[in-house]
Amino acid sequence: MDFFLKLFLSGTAKGSIYALIALGYTMVYGIVQLINFAHGEVYMIGGFTALIVGGLLFSSGMAVPLVLALSIASAVVFSAAFGFTIEKLAYKPLRNKPRLSALISAIGISMILQNFVLLAQTEKYLSFPSYLPELEFLRPVREYLNSTQFIILVTTATIMVALTLTIKFTRMGKAMRATAQDKHMAQLVGVDINGVISLTFIIGSALAAVGGVLICSYMGQINYYIGFVAGIKAFVAAVLGGIGSIPGAVLGSFILGWTESLGTGYLSSDYEDAYAFVILILILILKPDGILGKNQKQKV
Amino acid sequence: MRRSMVVVAILAVSVALILSGCQKSASGTIKIGVAGAHSGDLASYGLPSVNAAKLVVEAVNAAGGIDGKTVELFIQDDQCKPELATNAAAKLVSDEVVAVIGHICSGATKSALGIYKDSKIITVSPSATTPSLTQSGEYPNFFRTIAPDDAQARLATKFIKETLGLSSLAVLHDKGDYGKGFAELVKQYAESEGIRVVLFEGINPGAPDYSAVVNKIGNSGAAGVVWGGYHPEASKLVQQMKDKGMSLPFISDDGVKDQTFIEVAGTYAEGVYATGPMDTSSNPLAVKAVADHKAKFGDEPGAFFLNAYAATLAVVNAIDKAGSADYDAVVKALRSEYVETPLGRISFDGIGDVIGFGFSVFQVQGGVYVELK
Repeated sequence: MDFFLKLFLSGTAKGSIYALIALGYTMVYGIVQLINFAHGEVYMIGGFTALIVGGLLFSSGMAVPLVLALSIASAVVFSAAFGFTIEKLAYKPLRNKPRLSALISAIGISMILQNFVLLAQTEKYLSFPSYLPELEFLRPVREYLNSTQFIILVTTATIMVALTLTIKFTRMGKAMRATAQDKHMAQLVGVDINGVISLTFIIGSALAAVGGVLICSYMGQINYYIGFVAGIKAFVAAVLGGIGSIPGAVLGSFILGWTESLGTGYLSSDYEDAYAFVILILILILKPDGILGKNQKQKV
Repeated sequence: MRRSMVVVAILAVSVALILSGCQKSASGTIKIGVAGAHSGDLASYGLPSVNAAKLVVEAVNAAGGIDGKTVELFIQDDQCKPELATNAAAKLVSDEVVAVIGHICSGATKSALGIYKDSKIITVSPSATTPSLTQSGEYPNFFRTIAPDDAQARLATKFIKETLGLSSLAVLHDKGDYGKGFAELVKQYAESEGIRVVLFEGINPGAPDYSAVVNKIGNSGAAGVVWGGYHPEASKLVQQMKDKGMSLPFISDDGVKDQTFIEVAGTYAEGVYATGPMDTSSNPLAVKAVADHKAKFGDEPGAFFLNAYAATLAVVNAIDKAGSADYDAVVKALRSEYVETPLGRISFDGIGDVIGFGFSVFQVQGGVYVELK
């Protein structure tokens, strides 16, 4: 039972890591029906920005909480700017083209950003210092859940609730839903769809940046390639939960995390990826739109 | 009269030519072949050994050669391809070389070795690490100046058994050829030494989180963790283990014996053990060999340079000590005589593996790897 609890909590922690990235995937998909493969790279760039800014501030002798706040803030701004620019340059010109064009464009952007960081920064793994506070009350139970895992979990939950509320109850959220349903109609009734789409990318990228800082602090290292591996898993999680649905992305991430963790614990970690994909296939057979996905009628 | 003079003159000239030819091979040269990948994808592994052999031979010839005979090199390219390696070997046999420095890749070496064995030609590879080349006992003419692939796993197991005294192990690997190979050998040797392997698993390289497998290590009751793979995963594993309050000894391979590991893992790296090639950087002969290379070729030497340098020195020394280029005498000298090389004072054991150079166990102490003697 103790072992099960440990595995369950480690799966929960893992799930919340995937969820932080999956939220951005699912938001963008919900609005523009585009799988933004560059999302993982924006997450990686957020991590790198925090590493550089945090390093500079820390060596200038600033207090740790302030370093943390400023490095997260700069990562958010920088990644959001990346997200905004990517959308304008690579996706907007293709908005009325077949969906495959924008998808290929996304893959291209992902490669460009990876290679950009590889050339502009380094190909090596770098140490990522953790500026996150060590929560004292978790010390006795750190075998089960440590401080960083707990912070990631709480952040994920907060972001999920905040996003859901924004989309349900604010004016901007209403505009987002309208854009998602029918871009042309929304435009006709006066919704600034370009603004809405830009905002979606900005929010998604800002979330990726927060994820980048937290997850890199947890792993203790960063490299130009981390976005790809994490991005693929988060994408699977988003599809599992029903891509386009915000609670779905979080639920999918937790299911993925638990499956991997319990599979590793009771069977073997050799086939960790296989468990994730078996679950994905099973759910897609039974429920093709994902667990919480809306059943979309095909337009003929 | 005039015609017979011409005939006599021609005869005299040709006899003189033949005699001078004979004389040259009889007293003049000792032929040594150098074979390996000198072109193609893997040329960077083979070309440094050519440079090494050239430097050694130049120095030997400048000092008057071996017993007054100059050493001559015959260089053959095999591109690390077994089918080209047999051609290269046949060519070197027809050149009548006494010994060959090479080949570079294990596969190519194996395919050439049979030909050298039949022609009684000594072969000293600077880089072929497949264990069976020596351990099968098939090739008494084969020697190498590099430790075989299984040496690390043997050393790690010996260290775990004798120095750390652990009775049970969790063995993890990254599913790659290198990491899994090391892990499987450690498992095999550990079990034959009576150490229980309570966990043997591959993990996904690059994953953000290993807490599940770390929990599993804790649950398995292992007294130590062996990691076969590279440093990025190793640093996540040691970090997540220590974060969970586990303080098991962590033993790994050459892929972790890298300063980057310490830079990334920081204080989490303290106390980690890793096997790696013995440190030769302070050896004066190695320093000189590298400096000579820079002076002659204008850049830093590449892979296996020092191994090839040591191999050539060992061959030259053995021929010198044997007093002739006779196969049996030189083989005996290689196995019995020690020679000072950039790798240290080396000789060869009965199956042709190098003695005096190989792997050591290192431990991270105060932010650097320290060789444990």
